Amino acid sequence: MQARVWGCRGSVAAPGPDTVKYGGNTSCVEVRLSSGEVLVLDAGTGIRPLGVLLQAAPCPELHILLSHLHLDHLQGLGFFRPLFDPNVHIHIWGPPSPVLPLSERIAMYLSPPLFPVHLNDVPAHLTFHNAPEEAFSIGSATIRSGKVQHQGPTVGYRIEEHGYTLVYLPDHEPSLGTELRSVAPEWISGYDIARDADVLLHDAQYRDHEYSAHVGWGHSGLADAMEFADKAGARNLVLFHHDPYHTDNELEELLDEAREIWPSAEDRVCLANEGMTITFDSEGVRFVTPSTAQP
Amino acid sequence: MDNEAPAGGGKPLTLILARELASNLATPMFLLDARGVLVYYNDAAALLIGRAFGELGEIPAEEFGAVIRLRTSDDKPLRRRDTPAGIAFFERRPAHRTLAATGYDGVRRLVHATAYPLFGSNTEMHGVVSVFWEVAGEEDDA
Repeated sequence: MQARVWGCRGSVAAPGPDTVKYGGNTSCVEVRLSSGEVLVLDAGTGIRPLGVLLQAAPCPELHILLSHLHLDHLQGLGFFRPLFDPNVHIHIWGPPSPVLPLSERIAMYLSPPLFPVHLNDVPAHLTFHNAPEEAFSIGSATIRSGKVQHQGPTVGYRIEEHGYTLVYLPDHEPSLGTELRSVAPEWISGYDIARDADVLLHDAQYRDHEYSAHVGWGHSGLADAMEFADKAGARNLVLFHHDPYHTDNELEELLDEAREIWPSAEDRVCLANEGMTITFDSEGVRFVTPSTAQP
Repeated sequence: MDNEAPAGGGKPLTLILARELASNLATPMFLLDARGVLVYYNDAAALLIGRAFGELGEIPAEEFGAVIRLRTSDDKPLRRRDTPAGIAFFERRPAHRTLAATGYDGVRRLVHATAYPLFGSNTEMHGVVSVFWEVAGEEDDA
């Protein structure tokens, strides 16, 4: 299994010279299973360049796993080229809602006047699924979703393959109304999905001095994200959903703060960046960032 | 009941959110899970029961009667399934009535009790919330 980050910015795309290193595209992670299937975690603006790649090397069947339907996780869907390929079957998974089916909720955005094409009219064959909390299989992976604390119906995903576990919790505020340090783990939102993950991609939108002004907005401060990772027993934490106002330099300050919190395990935490790959194979878990991939 | 929590697993988000609400309320609130286990009560409820939740921990349904005795407002016995929480649990609908509640401290308190089931989806019940409001000026020693 290999994961590749195509977008790790939160809230709104933030392109520009100050965000070149970690990227300005919003949430999208491609996961290629060893059995060949392609999973796409969220459809933020990062899904657009992924779609270009998939157009060049088409996959007849794709699975898009949406954590929730806030625009920074959905905005790129209309610009995902496989959506306009009649030979592609796309399964779209997302959080259930008691109010409207997933397709109708997505169509609120993918329809006029907000988008020129109605979701019903795209050429690809689409199938919509409520993300189940029971384990289900796609190719060689076993996947579970779980509702987590954020604004509106939101799920996290746990993907297991050949003994490795990747967990995706891009928008999550488990500390809201509770004290993570003292509460029993089973009472923490997301714990069941995240426990013992080899790699946890988790919301760390705010530096700790910023969080107090954003309590209840659905995102985590750095210390809470790290406390959550500790409680869940995650072996590697990838800080995700970067604040759109954080420059590359500020993100590196945030990483320094993280390493001060875990001084003896600083390799256990890193910043997500566009182009980062995470490979799970017989050699273990390996992270490669674009800068280290270059000769 | 269905929806038993897996051993050592996390609680459903609906219960987690209800617990967080309860822990920040000054109104007595009890939380049952899908098995009928009393999985949490807040500090305000601890004043009625006479013991903090941390002291007693989770309480199986069959032992709940030993923690707090509930009778009708005119002091007649009340089956557990006829309490608001029991109705919410067994019949999966909201319920309200006035009760006499006696905790470990032996003090009989008249309370209004409201309970409602927590549905995670249309068919999946995750538990029950039960809230008590003490009726002002209506307490005496049992």
